[in-house]
Amino acid sequence: MLWSTLLLAMREIRRNVLRSFLTMLGIVIGVAAVITMVTLGKGATQAIADQVSSLGSNLLIVRPGQRLGPGATSGAPAFKIADVQAIQEQIPLVRAIAPTVTRGMTVVAGARNWSTSVNGSTAAWFSTGSWQLAAGREFTDAEERGGQAVCVIGETVRRELFGTQDPLGLNIRIKNFSCEVIGLLVSKGQSAFGSDQDDVIVLPLKTAQRRITGTQDIAALRISIQDEAAIEQAKRQVTLLLRERRNITDNEDDNFSVLDTRQITETLSSTTKVMTTLLGAVAAVSLLVGGIGIMNIMLVSVTERTREIGIRLAIGALEREVLLQFLIEAVVLSSLGGVIGILLATVASISLAAVMQLPYLFDPTINLLSFLFSAAIGVIFGFFPARRAAQLDPINALRHE
Amino acid sequence: MNDAPPPLIELQKVTKIYGSGTASFQALRGVDLSITQGDFVAVMGPSGSGKSTVMNILGCLDVPTSGSYLFQGVPVEQLDRNQRALLRRTYLGFVFQGFNLLARTTAQENVELPLLYRGEKLAARHQAAQNALKSVGLEGFGHHTPAELSGGQQQRVAIARAIVTRPQVLLADEPTGNLDSKTSHEIMQLMAALNKDMGITVLMVTHEPDMAEYARRVIHFRDGCVERLQHNGEPD
Repeated sequence: MLWSTLLLAMREIRRNVLRSFLTMLGIVIGVAAVITMVTLGKGATQAIADQVSSLGSNLLIVRPGQRLGPGATSGAPAFKIADVQAIQEQIPLVRAIAPTVTRGMTVVAGARNWSTSVNGSTAAWFSTGSWQLAAGREFTDAEERGGQAVCVIGETVRRELFGTQDPLGLNIRIKNFSCEVIGLLVSKGQSAFGSDQDDVIVLPLKTAQRRITGTQDIAALRISIQDEAAIEQAKRQVTLLLRERRNITDNEDDNFSVLDTRQITETLSSTTKVMTTLLGAVAAVSLLVGGIGIMNIMLVSVTERTREIGIRLAIGALEREVLLQFLIEAVVLSSLGGVIGILLATVASISLAAVMQLPYLFDPTINLLSFLFSAAIGVIFGFFPARRAAQLDPINALRHE
Repeated sequence: MNDAPPPLIELQKVTKIYGSGTASFQALRGVDLSITQGDFVAVMGPSGSGKSTVMNILGCLDVPTSGSYLFQGVPVEQLDRNQRALLRRTYLGFVFQGFNLLARTTAQENVELPLLYRGEKLAARHQAAQNALKSVGLEGFGHHTPAELSGGQQQRVAIARAIVTRPQVLLADEPTGNLDSKTSHEIMQLMAALNKDMGITVLMVTHEPDMAEYARRVIHFRDGCVERLQHNGEPD
């Protein structure tokens, strides 16, 4: 009986293909929207986590001044090389520390020029930033100590200044001095914040201080930690040490900030999670609307097929058999809508993920959940019309035009 | 008591009142009727005489307001909706004036419908439906939908659907009402043959005296009462 009722429902759906499709459309769109939103949201979270970890794992970034908002920092003294040495000597948890100065400036090579971020740092810059060399070498201790005019460039800078030429051994003019390219970095692509990580030039710290900034100041410290589990501890120790060295009394706030990469990941992914939940909730409302659409059409269908119901009842269909017929029809409609929605969502997620350069992560939970939810919608919104059909009076139903 | 077989259908002082209070209308005013197995009965009367009401009650689609309806000794008025549906699917077959076939559904599927509700297997359904179509002279029309069939052919499909379950009683509500007179006679001959050959008891409402000729007995209704009984003797 159940099987034949299922066949009956399928035939009824086939009989009115266009109407069945329009009825399903609400569910299709709802399911597709929910799954696509959640899938893309997960992809975005994953992408952010990947990109932040490409900044370097177990990394602390220390800057003078407190971040007051985007781009704004309160005035505070810069770090000196003595601070770097103190941290390195007094905190055993620190593996490497890269003091950095950064300037945005235009650099020239031959007839081409390019505006980029010029950094001065030590060889620790490469390890703390998880940078690898595609060609050439890092600068040597001698070059660092002597403040030699050598530099390592990122992929974007190479492309813009040298095109197809091999840059190694060639010179770049920065401000008023010439600098030999000794290394090329492996491309990292876009950062979590949307900036091009490959648009970078690194010189020895001393070279940059002497020839570009003209001071002994250090703008930021990148500190990598021995053990990921100890990152909180290391952060506390660095903070304490710097407070002491900068003579901050107990009732004063820090005049520097310490960020760790995990913290950045957490902040960013919690933002995307909130967005995902929000979008998912909006999409879920459309599922509900889809359910009401099914109820509407089923009610119309019951009215339209009153005579048919009368015939079935007269022939000897039981109340529950008629109820089951209409209920199954509604459930088949909504489940079919769910399946089509899942297929649509898969196509949409894969292509949107490709366009948005996000990883596509298939999430079986949300797919299954959406399917079950769509079937449940069929039961809930199909029940009322089905009961109405089952309780028709056969005599009146037969007389219905 | 004589040794005649016990009646298949017996109505005792059956009344039917529609509505309530001042808006009420008494359709039946105490009807006594008894029909034996194998009978062919025509019910006649002007409109509003209660003949449709009595057919609905005999077809277990409706219950009397008072009085008793015994079907094979079972008091139908005490059965609930589902029990009456079971009784209909087991013992009764219906033919309507408007044919009442499922649209966009083939003749074969229409005829199979009652068997579906009886939970018969696919092969058995096919076979029974084909036999039924054959017995109404529509062999080979199984894949046609009602829209592709003439009125007479549709009514034959409806009759096939009614007899496919081998019912005790065939109830026909103005089966020839929508047909021309030539087709009407063909349908009546078919029903008479089913009555004679298969022993199906036939109850038929009509207001055409020509059609009532085919019945063995004619019951005339007027104002909710049986006005008179008329015996036609054996048809043919």
